[in-house]
Amino acid sequence: MVEKIHIKDKDVIVPGTLLAEGLEYLPSGKAFRDGENIYSSTVGLISVKGRVIKVIPLAGKYAPKRGDVIIAKINGFGKFGWTCEIESPYKIDLNVGEISMNYVDLKNSKLADYFKISDYVFGEILDISESGYISLTAKRMPYRKLVGGNVIKVSPVKIPRIIGKQGSMIKILKDSSNCEILVGQNGLVWIKGNAENEAKVANAIKLIEQESHHSGLTEKVKAMLEGK
Amino acid sequence: MLKQYFIELLEKDKREDGRKPFEYRDVSVETGVIARANGSARVKIGNTEVLVGVKLDVGTPFPDGPESGILMVNAELLPLANPNFEFGPPSKDSVELSRVIDRGIRECHAIDLDKLCIKAKEKVWMVFVDIYPINDDGNLLDAGALGAIAALKTTVLPKYDEKEEKVIHKELTKTKLPLVHSPVMTTFGKIGNNKFADSTMREEKAIETRLSIVTTEDGNVSAMQKGGAGMFTADDVIELIEKSAELGKKLRKLVPSK
Amino acid sequence: MGGVGGPEKLIVNGKRLDGRKLNEMREMEIKVGVIPNADGSAMVTLGETKVICAVYGPKEVLPRRNLDSEKAFLNCVYGMASFSTSERNRPGPSRRSTEISKVIADALAPAIFMEKYAGLEITVIMEIINANAGTRTAAINAASVALADAGIEMRDLVCSVASGKADGQLMLDLFEPEDNFGEVDMPLAILPNTKQITLLQMDGMLTKAEAKKLIEMSMKACEQIYELQKKALKEKYGSEKESE
Repeated sequence: MVEKIHIKDKDVIVPGTLLAEGLEYLPSGKAFRDGENIYSSTVGLISVKGRVIKVIPLAGKYAPKRGDVIIAKINGFGKFGWTCEIESPYKIDLNVGEISMNYVDLKNSKLADYFKISDYVFGEILDISESGYISLTAKRMPYRKLVGGNVIKVSPVKIPRIIGKQGSMIKILKDSSNCEILVGQNGLVWIKGNAENEAKVANAIKLIEQESHHSGLTEKVKAMLEGK
Repeated sequence: MLKQYFIELLEKDKREDGRKPFEYRDVSVETGVIARANGSARVKIGNTEVLVGVKLDVGTPFPDGPESGILMVNAELLPLANPNFEFGPPSKDSVELSRVIDRGIRECHAIDLDKLCIKAKEKVWMVFVDIYPINDDGNLLDAGALGAIAALKTTVLPKYDEKEEKVIHKELTKTKLPLVHSPVMTTFGKIGNNKFADSTMREEKAIETRLSIVTTEDGNVSAMQKGGAGMFTADDVIELIEKSAELGKKLRKLVPSK
Repeated sequence: MGGVGGPEKLIVNGKRLDGRKLNEMREMEIKVGVIPNADGSAMVTLGETKVICAVYGPKEVLPRRNLDSEKAFLNCVYGMASFSTSERNRPGPSRRSTEISKVIADALAPAIFMEKYAGLEITVIMEIINANAGTRTAAINAASVALADAGIEMRDLVCSVASGKADGQLMLDLFEPEDNFGEVDMPLAILPNTKQITLLQMDGMLTKAEAKKLIEMSMKACEQIYELQKKALKEKYGSEKESE
């Protein structure tokens, strides 16, 4: 059995690229095994750690996972709660029992008293059942309805860059703009401050999205935030 | 929520991307981009991109214009440019887009249609202007209109075989389409009491009403169209006509001159 | 095919009317990410043929009757812009474009992990901007790259080229006069890493030996196309660093 690895750490590869041959290698992320070989299923960045070959996808829509922190938009009422959209083709449910630590009495109030259509919610993916039923929770802090502010959409793949290493980038955005900023792993970002600062942050985030793979990004972002 | 955000910015004379209210995004016009077309243009306004192609053919004139050529303007809003567009028969938006751009060219008689007669009552040139948005980031109207005029300005007639009575599409003459005016469209949006030009897709979501104005090179108005359910005052309109002539002048410089 | 009129000879002194050798493809250019609104997009130029492709998905299936609970609903739509042909082409689908849309979907589906998108839709819109033969092959090359740009999980990219016969000679990537007045046109598409064929159409008459030769010729050309597709994707995504 020939053991061969065809790529190295930090390589950028296209779908179908042969990454390695041999059963001792383990595929992770968007790498898959076919027979004895490991291939990539998306455009991605290679990460090799020992025998594990991981493909970090560089493109693609958000796929919800339990525990993900997201920003959802209410788009309908159900019997026991609301339905939401999260920039992903999957349907998400927000149950009336997951919006507050206190009991919500629907006999003396109605769903629209709490959330209306087009309201944004900051929450966490609670559960994904086998049948594809996805539920959201927003009852514990800091999860809540988002009031006011501005929601912008970015590629979910860029979210780690917007947060930065240990939150370094998002700190720069917050400090220089006096805005509240919440980032959803599904690619939605909520910004609240005065309109001018909100626009400044939105533009800085667009810059990060476009220039994420160029060096000197932090400097460019700082310059943009100071300039405008 | 979005409306309030834009109103707050506009009251400070600002737009989300840092532009002033009556400032256009970066505009570029390229002509001769489609080999098969008799005239073509590619217009970019910010991230909005539109392709326009002009195709000529020969047909029978309309009974009310037996010695006039025919102009047909059509916009195809494919889901390519915007996932909210749908396949199928033309939507209200695509019909309005086509007709408003058509009006802008037709009303000022930009094309001298009388020069397009081959044989009175029997054969005239038909000019088809087809507008294809490639990416919609707002203001398809101005991009489409600018592309249309740029494409028309560079349109060359194909050969017409009088004996066989058919067009030889692959052979071109040196005759340019007879264009006598350069109408340019500028579209203004209104949110609250604030007016601005060249809206992005996000701004279009918040706009209550819009006004498209077409001006010719002599500063005259040749077409107007109000869209959306909001309202304009008479002062608004006069102000915007003035702005349209100003902005139109700048945009016109991007269109190749004779 | 084999129409009336047309040039007397399609091959003069071993060279084709546009100067190419028999087994030479036209120049191909690929650009990724040309439509910001789309989830994935690409533009491909093959000689004078130009096609632009947008991919939207995965997304909710509408209308619901298209929903397939076992695999993706791959909605491919091939169209020709009215100004893309010599004589103006009336906008909207035709029988020809409907058939081409279907064979393109059949060419792309084997590459996509269709089961991973069960109950969802992937829309692929390909619009020919300028036509000079080879439109469906250029469209497939564009679609494959646009799908990768959208992050749709695939086993492999898809490469496509047409070959055929004109003036009795076997040749690669027929352009318009050859397509109109030649004897055989055979578009083909493959998954480049396993060399499996996902599109094959042919009209005209070929001997078995000729058919074999054409398939080999096309497969070889697909190797070049694969390199161009990789290069185009790496141009957009290359030099990504995990963090600064």
